[in-house]
Amino acid sequence: MVVDSAKTPAPTVAKPVVRTNAPSVPEMRPSMVDALMAAPTVYEISNLDVFYGAYKAVRGVNMTIRKNQITAFIGPSGCGKTTVLRCLNRMNDLIPGARIEGSVMYHGVDLYAPDVSATEVRRRIGMVFQKPNPFPKSIYDNIAYGPRINGISDKRRLDEIVEKSLRSAALWDEVKDRLKSSALGMSGGQQQRLCIARTIAVEPEVVLMDEPCSALDPIATARVEDLMRELKEKYTIVIVTHNMQQAARTSDCTAFYTAELDKAGQRFGQLVEFDITAKIFSNPSDIRTENYITGRFG
Amino acid sequence: MQELVRALDLRPRRTWRGTKNMIMTVLLGGSVVVVAVPLVLVMVSVFAKGGSILFAHFPKFLTADIPPTRVAGPGMGPAIVGTLMITGMATLIAVPLGVMGAIYLHEYGGQSKFARLVRFMAMVMTGVPSIVMGLFIYVVWTLNFKLQGFGGALALACLMLPIVINASEQMLKLVPHSLREASYALGATKARTVLTIVLPAASSGIVSGSLLAVARAAGETAPLLFTIGATRVLNTSLFHGDDTALSARIFENAKEAVANAQERGWGAALALVLLTFTLTVIARVITAFATRRK
Repeated sequence: MVVDSAKTPAPTVAKPVVRTNAPSVPEMRPSMVDALMAAPTVYEISNLDVFYGAYKAVRGVNMTIRKNQITAFIGPSGCGKTTVLRCLNRMNDLIPGARIEGSVMYHGVDLYAPDVSATEVRRRIGMVFQKPNPFPKSIYDNIAYGPRINGISDKRRLDEIVEKSLRSAALWDEVKDRLKSSALGMSGGQQQRLCIARTIAVEPEVVLMDEPCSALDPIATARVEDLMRELKEKYTIVIVTHNMQQAARTSDCTAFYTAELDKAGQRFGQLVEFDITAKIFSNPSDIRTENYITGRFG
Repeated sequence: MQELVRALDLRPRRTWRGTKNMIMTVLLGGSVVVVAVPLVLVMVSVFAKGGSILFAHFPKFLTADIPPTRVAGPGMGPAIVGTLMITGMATLIAVPLGVMGAIYLHEYGGQSKFARLVRFMAMVMTGVPSIVMGLFIYVVWTLNFKLQGFGGALALACLMLPIVINASEQMLKLVPHSLREASYALGATKARTVLTIVLPAASSGIVSGSLLAVARAAGETAPLLFTIGATRVLNTSLFHGDDTALSARIFENAKEAVANAQERGWGAALALVLLTFTLTVIARVITAFATRRK
């Protein structure tokens, strides 16, 4: 599962080193590996290049994302994690001049085929953003917004969906008495869980999370992580994070990205290594991954 | 030990920096006074000269027909009704068009050539003298349909349109991009996002911007001079016969060398000031109310 080496410089062989601050990870057993590899494929990304105008920001990404797993993207700033994530539900379409080459297959369908509607894609593939972004509406209306888009207007149905989504996001008990008050009056951690509840209210197949905990304190972060572990029973989750411990704690597979300079001196992001989380954090194949997770770089 | 501790003296020191601070404070305070003087004088003279007739004949001054120029006595009813109707019609034309135009410019047009041209024209039009708007409507409308209130409304609408477009576009710009992304990420279409997320978020600013445009239009005289004609009796139709407005009455009465007329002119001026003041206060209250909720 090492990345296509034609696109990336040949990795130096990693020598065993004594790690001082590497995150603790569960021991990797062969049975676990088999179970992870047996899960059905959701995304098949091949030779993905992402352009912003003439600038080729991310180059040559190949990876497979599997069902009911948490896949983490780690790496330093500017390495293309978020850019790749936003290709997975075509959010990059909103940025003028953004386009891709290569393919992103979702359950065998090319997401960037000409007859694919970005709106339909996003109905199935939800996204939680780095900064909590609740609508300036009531808590209830925030959750009900997505179902209403899908044509659900029956009051009782909406009530059920709102309660169910808030319960799944572990927020119901905190807000059940003030559903009609503005979502902007909530704390940051509550707002982020509200955004997660809003995303799962439309029952997506995949939830993409772009550094969902970067604006949260450790307690709120722990809650969101617990939530992710529960949600993966039903959904496939892809999370971008700067926090290696978070990737190690929560994810099944991890993709490590870096930023490199090309011959023209232009900075671009690339995927270095993609593997089972336990392997990435205990025995990475690439020296750059090793350096990053041991804290020698980044 | 003693000499290691600096003498503890916390009193302000006399320094050049302190002197500069004082000079600038005096200069800035002085300019505030200079700016405020004409404003205060205008308000004082309007209240002093218009107040006598307006408050002496309250509320008859606001309802009665306008007497002939040389006759003393109250009456601005037709002008107040005219101002409200003409400005109201102008608002009905300009605000929906302006807001829809701004939505096109900001949400759909973006940086396309057409959008940039429209944006540039709107900017230029804000600087066009209002009398030019009046002449334009005189040529394209009044010459074909006779003098009537609706012509005045059209001229005022031309004047308001660029103000509404510019103000609304600024307000749409202030809506955070993250809200749009949140909506798109739930599978909303662009139209739905604009209607249910962007517009409500920008509505308070759009409303107050539009009300300021209304207040501005209510006080305009030049666009009405060739378009609405003149009358001293109530005309409740915008489409039949001559109409009148407060600003036009101020102009008519002030140019007469008759004390009775001039007094009525001052009364009309005060009525207009109070009207626009009310509109501005409403605009502020709406803005304050909406920003408090955020």
